[in-house]
Amino acid sequence: MAGLHLDARIACPDGLFEELVLLLEEFPEERRSVVQARLIFLLANHIGDDAVVHEAIGLARGTPRSSENGEAD
Amino acid sequence: MVKASTDVGVPVWRPIGTTPVGGRSASRPAVVIVGAGPVGLTLALDLGRRGHHVVVLNRRDFIAGGSKAICFAKRTLDIWDRLGVGEAIVRRGVAWNVGKVYRGDRSEPIYSFDMLPVKQQKMPGFINLQQYLVEEMLVEALGAMPNVELRWGHEVVEVEPRADGVAATISAGAGQYELDASWLVACDGSRSPVRGMLGLDFEGRAFEDNFLIADIRLKQERAAERCFWFDPPANRGKSALLHRQPDDVWRLDFQLGWGIDRDAFTQPQNVEPYIRGMLGDVDFTPEWYSVYTFQCRRMARFVHGRVVFAGDSAHLVSPFGARGCNGGIADADNLGWKLDAVLEGRADERLIETYNDEAIATADENILNSTRSADFMTPRSSAAAALREAVLELAGDHAFARPFVNSGRLSTAVRYGATRLSSADEPEEAWAGIPPGSVASDAPTAAGWLLEHISKGRFVLLGQELSCAVPDGVVTVDISIIGDPDGLIAARFDLARGSAYLLRPDHYVAARWREPTAAAVAAAYARALGGE
Repeated sequence: MAGLHLDARIACPDGLFEELVLLLEEFPEERRSVVQARLIFLLANHIGDDAVVHEAIGLARGTPRSSENGEAD
Repeated sequence: MVKASTDVGVPVWRPIGTTPVGGRSASRPAVVIVGAGPVGLTLALDLGRRGHHVVVLNRRDFIAGGSKAICFAKRTLDIWDRLGVGEAIVRRGVAWNVGKVYRGDRSEPIYSFDMLPVKQQKMPGFINLQQYLVEEMLVEALGAMPNVELRWGHEVVEVEPRADGVAATISAGAGQYELDASWLVACDGSRSPVRGMLGLDFEGRAFEDNFLIADIRLKQERAAERCFWFDPPANRGKSALLHRQPDDVWRLDFQLGWGIDRDAFTQPQNVEPYIRGMLGDVDFTPEWYSVYTFQCRRMARFVHGRVVFAGDSAHLVSPFGARGCNGGIADADNLGWKLDAVLEGRADERLIETYNDEAIATADENILNSTRSADFMTPRSSAAAALREAVLELAGDHAFARPFVNSGRLSTAVRYGATRLSSADEPEEAWAGIPPGSVASDAPTAAGWLLEHISKGRFVLLGQELSCAVPDGVVTVDISIIGDPDGLIAARFDLARGSAYLLRPDHYVAARWREPTAAAVAAAYARALGGE
């Protein structure tokens, strides 16, 4: 089973970025988390593969910064 | 219905009176069961039917009324049917299969489910019946068994484990006496005095949300379906639940929230707005009002030498999903045939250790599901509330989101998976059907039902045109003899000619083969009794 795709697959990254900003800006602060949650469920269901979604959740969680000095850009 | 009783605040459903201390059997019982609730009584019925001398001790000298379990799952009904009480219990109860979940003002449900997705089985997905009515029927069935003694008003005050049994000190009437037995099973509820006497743990988590139960008597034409509401008009921002019980009694359940005044909330003038908000301007008679919270807990081990814990004494769950009493009956079902095998010398105490393993697996599944339900129904953070809101909104418009709606995952038979007692399928054999560690499905036979035919209280080799020899203790059931009129047994079990299933006395699959041999069956049988 293929894992989570981490190669660049969005044809127009700036377009997606703007679309997401516009989406969330349509709503007051207190509504935004529900909108984001709706998007999570819609996309997770489309992926449909528990292992892939689980992997994405792990990467979303991320790892804590290893030192105060930070890392190179 | 509510009368005075020695337990303050506990209503008396049926007074019985203290069983006289004198005139008891002098012989040492095989098993002492502490607690005459549904779990203790079910275990007593199983062991009693197997001919064992059993003593059941109940602290109270009456059957308590009030609000306890009402929803009994198909698996529980199949267990009671095996014990000869299932049909009477189902006749007395209200059967239902369908649950519907509503949101806000919408008149159409956002989600519905069927607790009997596989039709043509003897028992319905669920029945609703008041726990005290079940207890009465179990007590009556036990009354016909001279080898089972029910002692009411006898309280265990001390338990002394020994190498070959348990000695209990019992307080009854004005005095005390000692009772010695090979095994003691504590079915003595969430506050288990036996667990306390032995200084044992009960770890878990308490939930802060309060819920109001209002059982009312009311005539209304309405399908027997479990109805659940998120954010109903009658209880904005919270939830509500409606169940039908026998005799025109309805159970209404309302989420109240944290930190409420429990006494105030059970006052009729405070309860009635909820009732009328849900059902309109109806004529009803109050039966019972109470407020509850719940916990999810379990003991680390359910078996401590010759003392075994079953039911709420061992594990507690949130009520959403009806996994409390049903989970306890599953314990009794798992333990009965195992204690019998050990008492009869067909197995050693390793078999009781497998009760520990399998009952803990069951409890963990029930705790997981009921905790997840409780967390969905009572979100504990703004993040959880946002995720739930997203699910509820999407479910209204899109089918994919509906399975996320969690108003309670109703109790079904647990799948044990890889258990020490089951034998894995042969690697080269392809199987659909029912895997080892899962419970047998029911199906129609020429006369009656498959589960009736395999409910011998013993191991069964189920097959089609079987020719292989079986060890002592295993009974053969051949579908070419009992009949498979709609081919459903063959379909549900993926049972080709010559194939066979070894079923445990509790209907769980221990092993299966395409080409069973006497040696393979004997080996699987020995393994299923806890041997190697």
